[in-house]
Amino acid sequence: MTDTPCCVPEWRLIELFFQYLVAGLTYGTIYAIVGIGFNIIYNTTGIINFAQGEFVMLGGMTAVTLHAFLPLPLAILGAVLITMAVGGLIEIVFIRWLVKPSVLRMIIITIGISILVREAALMLWGEGVRSLPYFTGNEISALSFGGVRVSPQVLWSLGVCAIVVVLLNLFFKFTMLGREMRACATNRDAATLCGIPTRNMITLSFVLSAGIGALAGCVVSPITQTQYAIGSGLAIKGFTVAILGGLGNSMAAVAAGFILGILESFSIWVMPTAYKDAISISILLAMLFLRPSGLFGNREAFKLKDF
Amino acid sequence: MSIFTRLAAALTIVAAFIAPAMAADTIKVGAILAVTGPASFLGAPEAKTLEMLAADINAKGGVGGKKIELIIKDSQASPEKAISFAKQLIEEEKVFAIIGPSTSGETMAIKNLAEESKTLLLSCAAAEVIVKPVAKYVFKTPQMDRDAVIRIFEQMKKMNISKIGVLSSNTGFGKAGKEQIEKLAPEHGIQVLVSEVYDKAATDLTAEVTKVSAAKVQGIINWSIEPAQSICIKNARQVCSTVPVFQSHGFGNIQYVKAAGAAADGVIFPAGRLLVADSLSDKNPQKSILLSYKKAYEAKYAGEDVSTFGGHAYDAFMILTKAIKEAGADKEKVRTAIENMKGFVGTGGVFNFSAEDHNGLDKNAFEMLTVKDGKFVVLDK
Amino acid sequence: MRTGRHLHILILLAAVVAVQLLTLAAVKGFYLTQLTMTAYYTLIIAGLCLLMGYAGQISLGHAGFFAIGGYTSAVLTTVDLSAYKGSALAGILMQLSFLTSRQDLYGGQMLSLHPWAACFVAILLTVIIAYAIGIPVLKLKGHYLAMATLGFGTIIYSVVLGTQKFGAADGISSVPAFPLLPGLTVSGAPGLRIQNYYIAWGLVAAAMLLLLNLIDSRVGRALRSIHGAEDAASAMGVDTARYKLNTFVLSAAFAAVAGVFLTHFNGGIGPSEASIMKSVRYVAIVAVGGMASLWGTLIMSAVLNFLSLRGYFGSFDDAVFGGILIVIMLFSPEGILQFDVKAMAKKLLRKRKGA
Repeated sequence: MTDTPCCVPEWRLIELFFQYLVAGLTYGTIYAIVGIGFNIIYNTTGIINFAQGEFVMLGGMTAVTLHAFLPLPLAILGAVLITMAVGGLIEIVFIRWLVKPSVLRMIIITIGISILVREAALMLWGEGVRSLPYFTGNEISALSFGGVRVSPQVLWSLGVCAIVVVLLNLFFKFTMLGREMRACATNRDAATLCGIPTRNMITLSFVLSAGIGALAGCVVSPITQTQYAIGSGLAIKGFTVAILGGLGNSMAAVAAGFILGILESFSIWVMPTAYKDAISISILLAMLFLRPSGLFGNREAFKLKDF
Repeated sequence: MSIFTRLAAALTIVAAFIAPAMAADTIKVGAILAVTGPASFLGAPEAKTLEMLAADINAKGGVGGKKIELIIKDSQASPEKAISFAKQLIEEEKVFAIIGPSTSGETMAIKNLAEESKTLLLSCAAAEVIVKPVAKYVFKTPQMDRDAVIRIFEQMKKMNISKIGVLSSNTGFGKAGKEQIEKLAPEHGIQVLVSEVYDKAATDLTAEVTKVSAAKVQGIINWSIEPAQSICIKNARQVCSTVPVFQSHGFGNIQYVKAAGAAADGVIFPAGRLLVADSLSDKNPQKSILLSYKKAYEAKYAGEDVSTFGGHAYDAFMILTKAIKEAGADKEKVRTAIENMKGFVGTGGVFNFSAEDHNGLDKNAFEMLTVKDGKFVVLDK
Repeated sequence: MRTGRHLHILILLAAVVAVQLLTLAAVKGFYLTQLTMTAYYTLIIAGLCLLMGYAGQISLGHAGFFAIGGYTSAVLTTVDLSAYKGSALAGILMQLSFLTSRQDLYGGQMLSLHPWAACFVAILLTVIIAYAIGIPVLKLKGHYLAMATLGFGTIIYSVVLGTQKFGAADGISSVPAFPLLPGLTVSGAPGLRIQNYYIAWGLVAAAMLLLLNLIDSRVGRALRSIHGAEDAASAMGVDTARYKLNTFVLSAAFAAVAGVFLTHFNGGIGPSEASIMKSVRYVAIVAVGGMASLWGTLIMSAVLNFLSLRGYFGSFDDAVFGGILIVIMLFSPEGILQFDVKAMAKKLLRKRKGA
């Protein structure tokens, strides 16, 4: 009897390297997008929104529900719009009427909001795991680049991430609304004096953040599956990434997201997966102790920052 | 005071006396289950099964004329809550027996408690340490992990697989499976080339799968009980499309197959016969109760598929009530009755208890199943 | 002032005794179990209140210190050192009765550290780690401090979850009782319930006394000045770094003591005690009780932990918790004892008229 053929691909070191890289990019995309979401809200309000991860969860879950009777693109659009509405609602109901809250108070309020959203999701959808169908191909399809196999959905998520980054840049640089939001972020009082409705800007930042998070949730749902409880883990990772890149710098968050994802992936290559989280957190802590302004942050500006 | 108030007061006082007297006519059965939280895919079906069975048995007049009063506590898979609820159920509610908990970690936390307070504990968790060393009052209904592993190894021998990679989750279930695999591999001629433990909430396992595949294995075993098991096989298929993938008996819910989609085809795993009840031969002793459980569960909880996890609670409840029927509502006699139970047909298999064996199942409780076109089918021998 | 403080402690003790007698009268002695567990959680929370409320430092990883204390004690009292029986060190330790021989539940003989020795090592280890972590971490502020403490908590959680020696996902069970003094034992046995109740709340009362004395002393004033305006305090000559560090370590020590005692009471410990959600809960309870209010925090901790442990909210435990969190933070950010009904009503009415 012949041996069952060893049907695992014959990888050379370079191909193995790229395979791990691709895995890292997969993790990285979602971290990056959650990080961007953190930064948008932080820039306009100075608040770190711990409920950011819940927007990702809501996007995925809503899309799956809508997909039951809508075609996929419409379901995703609907999910993004609904989540944006929820984001705006959260801001109006909970955040709007706070007057100069302290850092700690804001952290706790957003933690409370994230808990409520999670429990509401549990009530609505139960504890089951759902996922959207793959946009192209299915669970086992994989594109081959040399010896490296990549799922088409990974390419979709990278693509969406890139488009989001580009569109955001255009929005903030060239549109009136985007410039108003940036003014609000730089100096809220001056912006108010200029006639910019700062309260609406804040609501808009929540809406925008929620929409981006929801889109990310939809595009990675086929890969990672969506469940009511995925929000808190994502929020922590997103928070990590936002700080790693330097709070307030969205582009840096994207870079930091991919760096963190790749670090985690390569750490699996060399040591037991069980300590994967410990590795990435240790690196983060080292960052914080040695260079808290973030990888790309400005050291001087950081020292002047007032919380 | 008006006449009505006096009447109401009188009735309340009377009711207060009658209620305890009525209560004495029920048998309190406690359950500590992870209905919500990280192990909800275990606890939720278990809770639903127990509620369904209790309502059913009470509608038929109860056990020996006494109704079953089911008290379910949601421990959210947290051992300290399990301990707190166990103490509450034992000392305050003075329950006759406790069914559950859903996870091995929680069960181990209350095993000594149950033993010292001489309360019957029928656990729905799978770890071997629950019944080895044997504690007189502690039983478990899920099949033994080692038997699942042995069945997988026997299948591997047929497929000429001798070098494997193992992926397991960092839960009690995953850890127990990993231990059994590593312990039993040498005597079955299997070599574990690489073994990785991943986080139960992992959302992408491509890197882990890559590491395992790079070691040039002939087969991969994935041992976990949560949704990550679907992600694992998806990633495995994406990285290497033809390597045989084996799962644990934690794969026992069709929703994991649905989640894994096309990647689930061809996965081989041992499981209780509940999942293929329709295709069993009519001579199989389990067939009738499996079909009736499946029908009743899916009728009562529309839209939900039956799973082997709920089946463990089913077995615990039915074993308990049968023993009470035989021996009366006396804890010591019921304990002995369970220990002497032989040939009990349950969803997990046919149970044969003894003083040394508080699980009662052997490797024949398992059927080797595979997935074809998104459905569970028996693996052709 | 001084009598006021002592009076409050006496009221606490009186309440503790009253509750116990009440449970005896109502034949609901089993409530004492949850009350005892609540006391230990309150111990951690009181320490955290000092850190967050008076020194103004956020810590989102405090469950990590609880876990270090609990796990160290659990491992040292359950690991069987019989293999080393012959060595010289073992001999010395046995002479000092640090190492004792005992029976485990299934009749086997084993040699393990005496709980007192384990307790000492656990607290010492926690203090050392707290100093080591504290020095770099406390240089950070605001979100960065929160992140660093969160990171620390995550590392501890990953380590206890991922390491076989610590029982990985199952944790450590079969932890023996802790004989404090002849006649006084920390254990979960039903017969010793009343004893353990008093031990637990006695510890809490002692901790409160310590904290209240601290707050009213020079140290406390220094802490409050740091919380209020750190740069100003530093300019006035207050050694801010040293005070922050010492407060951090003290609160970590409280958590470790709670960890050791609760582990012996429960007879075991699991990785869920080190999870981030637990740390978040502690922080939330401090916020809700009033960060600058030790008594408010104590009351909220007692109420919330007790109800949660009894499963009063069933599956809605987290939802209720989140709800209370938001309501208090929105309407009464200084904590529950500072809730000013009139001011809130005025504010709401004014908003309606103005808008």
